[in-house]
Amino acid sequence: MMANIIGGYFTSHVPGIGGAMVRGDQETPYWKPFFDGYPPISKWLAEAKPDVAVVFSNDHGLNFFLDKMPTFAVGAAPSYDNADEGWGLPVYKSFTGHPALSWHLIDSLVRDEFDITTCQQMLVDHAISIPFELVYPGVETWPVKLIPIAINTVQYPLPSPKRCLALGRAVHRALQSWGGDERILVCGTGGLSHQLDGPRAGFMNPDYDTFCLDNLAANPDALTGHTAEQVAELAGTQGVEILNWIAARGAMGDIPLTQVSRNYHIPISNTAAASLLLEPA
Amino acid sequence: MTPESVNADNAIRRAIPLFDGGLATRGYALNAMCFSFNEKANRDAFLADEEGYCARFHLTPEQRKAVADRNVLAMLDAGGNVYYLAKLAGIFGLGVQDLGALQTGMSVDEFKAMLLTWADKIPHQENA
Repeated sequence: MMANIIGGYFTSHVPGIGGAMVRGDQETPYWKPFFDGYPPISKWLAEAKPDVAVVFSNDHGLNFFLDKMPTFAVGAAPSYDNADEGWGLPVYKSFTGHPALSWHLIDSLVRDEFDITTCQQMLVDHAISIPFELVYPGVETWPVKLIPIAINTVQYPLPSPKRCLALGRAVHRALQSWGGDERILVCGTGGLSHQLDGPRAGFMNPDYDTFCLDNLAANPDALTGHTAEQVAELAGTQGVEILNWIAARGAMGDIPLTQVSRNYHIPISNTAAASLLLEPA
Repeated sequence: MTPESVNADNAIRRAIPLFDGGLATRGYALNAMCFSFNEKANRDAFLADEEGYCARFHLTPEQRKAVADRNVLAMLDAGGNVYYLAKLAGIFGLGVQDLGALQTGMSVDEFKAMLLTWADKIPHQENA
Protein backbone atom coordinates (compact mmCIF):
# COMPACT_ATOMS: atom_id res chain seq x y z
CA MET A 1 0.00 0.00 0.00
CA MET A 2 1.28 3.45 -0.86
CA ALA A 3 1.69 6.36 1.50
CA ASN A 4 -1.42 8.42 1.38
CA ILE A 5 -1.48 12.23 1.38
CA ILE A 6 -4.74 12.95 3.14
CA GLY A 7 -4.72 16.74 3.24
CA GLY A 8 -2.97 20.05 3.59
CA TYR A 9 -3.16 22.30 6.65
CA PHE A 10 -1.97 25.87 6.26
CA THR A 11 -1.83 28.38 9.10
CA SER A 12 -0.23 31.48 10.52
CA HIS A 13 2.20 30.85 13.36
CA VAL A 14 2.31 34.25 15.14
CA PRO A 15 4.06 33.86 18.55
CA GLY A 16 1.30 35.93 20.17
CA ILE A 17 -1.10 33.02 19.53
CA GLY A 18 0.92 31.01 22.04
CA GLY A 19 0.60 33.78 24.61
CA ALA A 20 -3.15 33.98 24.03
CA MET A 21 -3.48 30.21 24.59
CA VAL A 22 -1.49 30.42 27.84
CA ARG A 23 -3.80 33.20 29.06
CA GLY A 24 -6.94 31.40 27.84
CA ASP A 25 -7.93 34.34 25.61
CA GLN A 26 -9.50 32.21 22.86
CA GLU A 27 -13.04 33.50 23.48
CA THR A 28 -12.17 37.19 23.91
CA PRO A 29 -13.41 39.60 21.20
CA TYR A 30 -9.88 40.23 19.92
CA TRP A 31 -8.94 36.56 19.53
CA LYS A 32 -12.22 34.70 18.88
CA PRO A 33 -12.53 35.50 15.14
CA PHE A 34 -9.06 34.03 14.70
CA PHE A 35 -9.46 30.93 16.89
CA ASP A 36 -12.84 30.19 15.25
CA GLY A 37 -10.90 29.01 12.22
CA TYR A 38 -9.49 25.96 14.03
CA PRO A 39 -12.33 23.76 15.40
CA PRO A 40 -13.27 22.61 11.87
CA ILE A 41 -9.64 21.65 11.27
CA SER A 42 -9.38 19.85 14.64
CA LYS A 43 -12.57 17.93 13.86
CA TRP A 44 -11.32 16.96 10.42
CA LEU A 45 -7.99 15.79 11.86
CA ALA A 46 -9.73 13.75 14.56
CA GLU A 47 -11.51 11.83 11.80
CA ALA A 48 -8.71 11.74 9.23
CA LYS A 49 -6.10 10.59 11.80
CA PRO A 50 -2.83 11.45 10.05
CA ASP A 51 0.25 9.50 11.20
CA VAL A 52 2.93 11.83 9.87
CA ALA A 53 3.09 15.57 9.24
CA VAL A 54 5.50 16.96 6.66
CA VAL A 55 5.80 20.58 7.72
CA PHE A 56 7.28 23.45 5.72
CA SER A 57 8.22 26.37 7.96
CA ASN A 58 10.96 28.86 8.66
CA ASP A 59 13.26 29.00 11.65
CA HIS A 60 13.26 32.24 13.66
CA GLY A 61 16.76 32.09 15.08
CA LEU A 62 16.32 29.10 17.36
CA ASN A 63 17.97 26.33 15.35
CA PHE A 64 19.82 28.20 12.60
CA PHE A 65 22.05 31.23 12.95
CA LEU A 66 23.67 33.28 10.21
CA ASP A 67 26.91 31.29 10.53
CA LYS A 68 25.24 28.53 8.50
CA MET A 69 21.97 29.33 6.77
CA PRO A 70 20.58 26.59 4.53
CA THR A 71 18.12 27.55 1.82
CA PHE A 72 16.25 24.26 2.28
CA ALA A 73 16.86 21.91 5.23
CA VAL A 74 15.17 18.56 5.87
CA GLY A 75 15.02 17.08 9.35
CA ALA A 76 16.09 13.44 9.76
CA ALA A 77 16.06 13.26 13.53
CA PRO A 78 14.43 10.67 15.79
CA SER A 79 12.90 13.52 17.78
CA TYR A 80 12.62 17.30 17.66
CA ASP A 81 12.67 19.48 20.76
CA ASN A 82 11.40 23.01 21.16
CA ALA A 83 13.42 25.37 23.38
CA ASP A 84 13.41 28.82 24.93
CA GLU A 85 13.21 31.37 22.11
CA GLY A 86 14.00 34.26 24.40
CA TRP A 87 10.71 36.12 24.50
CA GLY A 88 8.64 34.30 27.08
CA LEU A 89 6.73 31.59 25.20
CA PRO A 90 6.30 28.30 27.05
CA VAL A 91 8.64 25.53 25.91
CA TYR A 92 6.41 23.23 23.89
CA LYS A 93 6.46 19.45 23.89
CA SER A 94 8.76 17.49 21.61
CA PHE A 95 7.81 15.75 18.39
CA THR A 96 8.75 12.19 17.46
CA GLY A 97 10.44 12.01 14.08
CA HIS A 98 10.31 9.43 11.30
CA PRO A 99 13.95 9.04 10.22
CA ALA A 100 13.27 6.32 7.64
CA LEU A 101 10.78 8.48 5.77
CA SER A 102 13.02 11.54 6.23
CA TRP A 103 15.92 9.73 4.56
CA HIS A 104 13.65 8.50 1.80
CA LEU A 105 12.63 12.12 1.17
CA ILE A 106 16.26 13.25 1.28
CA ASP A 107 17.38 10.54 -1.17
CA SER A 108 14.53 11.31 -3.51
CA LEU A 109 15.02 15.10 -3.34
CA VAL A 110 18.72 14.97 -4.08
CA ARG A 111 18.20 12.48 -6.93
CA ASP A 112 15.62 14.99 -8.14
CA GLU A 113 18.38 17.66 -8.06
CA PHE A 114 17.27 19.52 -4.93
CA ASP A 115 20.54 19.82 -3.04
CA ILE A 116 19.09 20.21 0.43
CA THR A 117 20.79 20.31 3.84
CA THR A 118 20.14 17.35 6.13
CA CYS A 119 19.72 17.72 9.89
CA GLN A 120 20.01 14.84 12.36
CA GLN A 121 19.57 17.37 15.12
CA MET A 122 17.10 20.20 14.78
CA LEU A 123 15.25 22.36 17.26
CA VAL A 124 11.77 23.35 16.11
CA ASP A 125 10.35 26.71 17.09
CA HIS A 126 6.90 28.29 17.45
CA ALA A 127 6.46 28.03 13.68
CA ILE A 128 5.82 24.30 14.16
CA SER A 129 4.65 24.07 17.77
CA ILE A 130 1.88 26.68 17.55
CA PRO A 131 0.17 25.23 14.46
CA PHE A 132 -0.16 21.88 16.28
CA GLU A 133 -1.17 23.48 19.59
CA LEU A 134 -3.98 25.13 17.63
CA VAL A 135 -5.43 21.93 16.20
CA TYR A 136 -4.55 19.41 18.93
CA PRO A 137 -5.16 21.55 22.03
CA GLY A 138 -4.44 19.85 25.34
CA VAL A 139 -3.04 16.55 24.03
CA GLU A 140 -0.30 14.98 26.14
CA THR A 141 1.73 13.76 23.19
CA TRP A 142 1.46 14.74 19.54
CA PRO A 143 -0.58 12.20 17.58
CA VAL A 144 1.60 12.74 14.48
CA LYS A 145 5.25 12.13 13.76
CA LEU A 146 7.11 15.08 12.31
CA ILE A 147 9.24 15.67 9.25
CA PRO A 148 10.26 19.33 9.29
CA ILE A 149 11.43 21.09 6.13
CA ALA A 150 12.90 24.52 6.83
CA ILE A 151 12.91 27.23 4.17
CA ASN A 152 15.16 30.26 4.60
CA THR A 153 12.96 33.34 4.87
CA VAL A 154 15.48 35.28 6.94
CA GLN A 155 18.51 36.15 4.83
CA TYR A 156 18.38 37.08 1.13
CA PRO A 157 18.73 35.59 -1.37
CA LEU A 158 15.56 33.66 -0.53
CA PRO A 159 14.40 30.85 -2.79
CA SER A 160 11.85 32.07 -5.31
CA PRO A 161 8.16 31.15 -5.04
CA LYS A 162 8.67 29.13 -8.22
CA ARG A 163 11.51 27.15 -6.65
CA CYS A 164 9.50 26.56 -3.47
CA LEU A 165 6.57 25.18 -5.46
CA ALA A 166 9.00 22.94 -7.35
CA LEU A 167 10.52 21.74 -4.06
CA GLY A 168 7.04 20.89 -2.83
CA ARG A 169 6.28 18.97 -6.01
CA ALA A 170 9.52 17.03 -5.56
CA VAL A 171 8.45 16.19 -2.01
CA HIS A 172 5.18 14.94 -3.47
CA ARG A 173 7.04 12.65 -5.87
CA ALA A 174 9.12 11.37 -2.97
CA LEU A 175 6.03 10.63 -0.88
CA GLN A 176 4.46 8.78 -3.81
CA SER A 177 7.45 6.43 -4.03
CA TRP A 178 7.45 5.65 -0.30
CA GLY A 179 6.36 2.09 0.38
CA GLY A 180 4.77 2.64 3.78
CA ASP A 181 1.07 2.97 4.45
CA GLU A 182 1.27 6.09 6.64
CA ARG A 183 -1.45 8.70 6.40
CA ILE A 184 0.41 11.89 5.64
CA LEU A 185 -0.61 15.47 6.39
CA VAL A 186 1.21 18.27 4.61
CA CYS A 187 1.54 21.61 6.41
CA GLY A 188 2.71 25.08 5.50
CA THR A 189 3.02 27.66 8.27
CA GLY A 190 3.56 31.40 8.55
CA GLY A 191 2.18 34.59 7.08
CA LEU A 192 0.10 35.96 5.81
CA SER A 193 1.06 39.58 5.12
CA HIS A 194 3.01 41.30 7.87
CA GLN A 195 6.07 43.42 8.42
CA LEU A 196 7.80 43.76 11.79
CA ASP A 197 10.82 45.87 10.87
CA GLY A 198 11.55 49.34 9.62
CA PRO A 199 9.47 52.44 8.94
CA ARG A 200 6.86 50.27 7.16
CA ALA A 201 6.30 48.15 10.33
CA GLY A 202 2.63 47.25 10.61
CA PHE A 203 2.13 46.92 6.87
CA MET A 204 -0.37 44.32 5.63
CA ASN A 205 -1.88 43.59 2.22
CA PRO A 206 -5.38 42.07 2.26
CA ASP A 207 -5.57 42.15 -1.56
CA TYR A 208 -2.42 40.06 -1.97
CA ASP A 209 -3.45 37.68 0.83
CA THR A 210 -6.84 37.18 -0.80
CA PHE A 211 -5.14 36.53 -4.13
CA CYS A 212 -3.01 33.84 -2.44
CA LEU A 213 -5.96 32.25 -0.62
CA ASP A 214 -8.08 32.29 -3.79
CA ASN A 215 -5.42 30.66 -5.97
CA LEU A 216 -3.42 28.33 -3.74
CA ALA A 217 -5.65 25.28 -4.20
CA ALA A 218 -6.62 25.43 -7.87
CA ASN A 219 -3.85 27.48 -9.43
CA PRO A 220 -0.71 27.52 -7.27
CA ASP A 221 1.43 28.51 -10.24
CA ALA A 222 -0.31 31.91 -10.08
CA LEU A 223 1.67 32.55 -6.89
CA THR A 224 5.00 32.00 -8.64
CA GLY A 225 4.87 35.05 -10.90
CA HIS A 226 6.79 37.15 -8.37
CA THR A 227 10.38 37.08 -7.19
CA ALA A 228 11.01 36.72 -3.45
CA GLU A 229 11.81 40.44 -3.32
CA GLN A 230 8.50 41.26 -5.00
CA VAL A 231 6.70 39.07 -2.47
CA ALA A 232 8.37 41.04 0.35
CA GLU A 233 7.20 44.26 -1.28
CA LEU A 234 3.65 42.88 -1.61
CA ALA A 235 3.30 40.90 1.62
CA GLY A 236 5.75 42.66 3.96
CA THR A 237 9.19 41.54 5.03
CA GLN A 238 7.85 38.63 7.10
CA GLY A 239 4.95 38.02 4.72
CA VAL A 240 7.48 36.10 2.62
CA GLU A 241 6.59 33.17 4.89
CA ILE A 242 3.95 32.47 2.21
CA LEU A 243 6.84 30.53 0.62
CA ASN A 244 6.11 27.77 3.17
CA TRP A 245 2.49 27.62 2.04
CA ILE A 246 3.51 27.49 -1.63
CA ALA A 247 5.92 24.60 -1.00
CA ALA A 248 3.32 22.71 1.05
CA ARG A 249 0.75 23.18 -1.70
CA GLY A 250 3.24 21.65 -4.15
CA ALA A 251 3.64 18.65 -1.86
CA MET A 252 -0.09 17.91 -2.15
CA GLY A 253 0.41 17.18 -5.85
CA ASP A 254 -1.25 18.54 -8.96
CA ILE A 255 -4.66 17.12 -8.26
CA PRO A 256 -8.05 18.76 -7.75
CA LEU A 257 -8.48 19.86 -4.14
CA THR A 258 -11.49 20.70 -2.01
CA GLN A 259 -11.40 23.56 0.48
CA VAL A 260 -12.60 22.15 3.81
CA SER A 261 -12.03 25.28 5.86
CA ARG A 262 -10.78 28.82 5.36
CA ASN A 263 -10.46 31.72 7.75
CA TYR A 264 -8.82 35.14 7.37
CA HIS A 265 -8.66 37.70 10.13
CA ILE A 266 -6.95 41.06 10.70
CA PRO A 267 -5.11 41.75 12.93
CA ILE A 268 -3.48 39.13 15.11
CA SER A 269 -0.57 40.92 16.66
CA ASN A 270 1.00 42.69 13.64
CA THR A 271 -0.21 40.06 11.22
CA ALA A 272 -2.99 39.29 8.78
CA ALA A 273 -3.71 35.77 10.03
CA ALA A 274 -5.20 32.86 8.13
CA SER A 275 -5.94 29.18 8.28
CA LEU A 276 -6.82 26.89 5.40
CA LEU A 277 -7.52 23.18 5.11
CA LEU A 278 -7.48 21.42 1.75
CA GLU A 279 -8.12 17.79 0.91
CA PRO A 280 -7.98 15.78 -2.30
CA ALA A 281 -11.32 16.15 -4.13
CA MET B 1 16.38 36.13 -14.96
CA THR B 2 17.68 39.13 -16.88
CA PRO B 3 20.06 41.93 -15.82
CA GLU B 4 16.98 44.15 -15.65
CA SER B 5 15.10 41.82 -13.30
CA VAL B 6 18.18 41.48 -11.07
CA ASN B 7 18.45 45.27 -10.92
CA ALA B 8 14.76 45.53 -10.08
CA ASP B 9 15.10 43.01 -7.24
CA ASN B 10 18.20 44.77 -5.93
CA ALA B 11 16.29 48.07 -6.00
CA ILE B 12 13.58 46.47 -3.83
CA ARG B 13 16.25 45.16 -1.45
CA ARG B 14 17.62 48.67 -0.96
CA ALA B 15 14.23 50.37 -0.78
CA ILE B 16 12.53 48.27 1.93
CA PRO B 17 15.40 47.37 2.91
CA LEU B 18 15.77 43.59 2.87
CA PHE B 19 18.29 41.64 4.93
CA ASP B 20 20.79 40.44 2.33
CA GLY B 21 24.50 39.66 2.33
CA GLY B 22 25.47 43.28 2.85
CA LEU B 23 23.33 43.77 5.93
CA ALA B 24 24.09 40.25 7.20
CA THR B 25 27.80 41.04 7.02
CA ARG B 26 27.41 44.41 8.71
CA GLY B 27 25.17 43.03 11.43
CA TYR B 28 26.91 39.76 12.25
CA ALA B 29 28.18 40.70 15.73
CA LEU B 30 24.90 42.27 16.84
CA ASN B 31 22.86 39.34 15.54
CA ALA B 32 25.25 36.86 17.19
CA MET B 33 24.71 38.58 20.52
CA CYS B 34 20.94 38.52 20.05
CA PHE B 35 21.04 34.83 19.06
CA SER B 36 22.75 34.12 22.39
CA PHE B 37 19.65 35.46 24.17
CA ASN B 38 17.85 32.19 23.48
CA GLU B 39 19.45 31.16 26.79
CA LYS B 40 18.22 32.69 30.01
CA ALA B 41 21.69 32.71 31.56
CA ASN B 42 22.84 34.96 28.72
CA ARG B 43 19.85 37.29 29.07
CA ASP B 44 20.66 37.58 32.76
CA ALA B 45 24.33 38.23 32.01
CA PHE B 46 23.37 41.04 29.62
CA LEU B 47 21.15 42.63 32.25
CA ALA B 48 23.85 42.31 34.91
CA ASP B 49 26.59 43.89 32.78
CA GLU B 50 25.37 45.28 29.44
CA GLU B 51 28.69 46.93 28.57
CA GLY B 52 30.73 43.82 29.28
CA TYR B 53 28.27 41.55 27.47
CA CYS B 54 28.29 43.72 24.33
CA ALA B 55 32.10 43.80 24.43
CA ARG B 56 32.23 39.99 24.50
CA PHE B 57 30.46 39.97 21.13
CA HIS B 58 32.62 42.75 19.67
CA LEU B 59 29.73 44.99 18.71
CA THR B 60 30.74 47.81 16.42
CA PRO B 61 30.54 51.32 17.94
CA GLU B 62 27.45 51.93 15.78
CA GLN B 63 25.80 48.75 17.09
CA ARG B 64 26.77 49.48 20.71
CA LYS B 65 25.27 52.97 20.49
CA ALA B 66 22.06 51.67 18.89
CA VAL B 67 21.66 49.12 21.69
CA ALA B 68 22.49 51.65 24.42
CA ASP B 69 19.97 54.10 22.92
CA ARG B 70 17.35 51.30 22.49
CA ASN B 71 17.05 52.67 18.94
CA VAL B 72 15.48 49.96 16.80
CA LEU B 73 15.87 51.73 13.46
CA ALA B 74 19.56 52.30 14.23
CA MET B 75 19.94 48.61 15.13
CA LEU B 76 18.41 47.67 11.76
CA ASP B 77 20.70 50.13 10.01
CA ALA B 78 23.64 48.53 11.78
CA GLY B 79 22.65 45.19 10.26
CA GLY B 80 20.37 43.84 12.97
CA ASN B 81 17.76 41.37 11.77
CA VAL B 82 14.37 41.59 13.40
CA TYR B 83 14.11 37.84 14.05
CA TYR B 84 17.18 38.14 16.30
CA LEU B 85 16.50 41.66 17.59
CA ALA B 86 13.16 40.40 18.91
CA LYS B 87 15.12 38.37 21.47
CA LEU B 88 16.85 41.55 22.69
CA ALA B 89 13.48 43.31 22.81
CA GLY B 90 12.16 40.41 24.90
CA ILE B 91 14.74 41.19 27.59
CA PHE B 92 13.13 44.60 27.99
CA GLY B 93 9.63 43.12 27.89
CA LEU B 94 8.91 44.71 24.51
CA GLY B 95 6.70 42.92 21.98
CA VAL B 96 6.34 43.46 18.25
CA GLN B 97 3.76 46.20 18.72
CA ASP B 98 6.12 48.10 21.00
CA LEU B 99 8.79 47.68 18.32
CA GLY B 100 6.34 48.89 15.67
CA ALA B 101 5.56 51.98 17.69
CA LEU B 102 9.26 52.71 18.27
CA GLN B 103 10.00 52.39 14.54
CA THR B 104 7.09 54.45 13.23
CA GLY B 105 7.07 57.22 15.83
CA MET B 106 3.54 56.33 16.91
CA SER B 107 2.43 55.59 20.44
CA VAL B 108 1.72 51.91 21.07
CA ASP B 109 -2.02 52.66 21.15
CA GLU B 110 -1.80 54.55 17.85
CA PHE B 111 0.15 51.69 16.31
CA LYS B 112 -2.43 49.13 17.50
CA ALA B 113 -5.24 51.30 16.14
CA MET B 114 -3.43 51.51 12.80
CA LEU B 115 -3.18 47.70 12.67
CA LEU B 116 -6.96 47.44 13.14
CA THR B 117 -7.64 49.67 10.13
CA TRP B 118 -6.19 47.06 7.76
CA ALA B 119 -9.32 44.99 8.38
CA ASP B 120 -11.31 47.61 6.46
CA LYS B 121 -9.32 46.75 3.35
CA ILE B 122 -10.27 43.07 3.18
CA PRO B 123 -11.80 42.61 -0.30
CA HIS B 124 -14.32 39.98 0.79
CA GLN B 125 -14.73 37.69 3.78
CA GLU B 126 -14.88 33.97 3.21
CA ASN B 127 -15.20 31.90 6.32
CA ALA B 128 -15.91 28.28 5.63
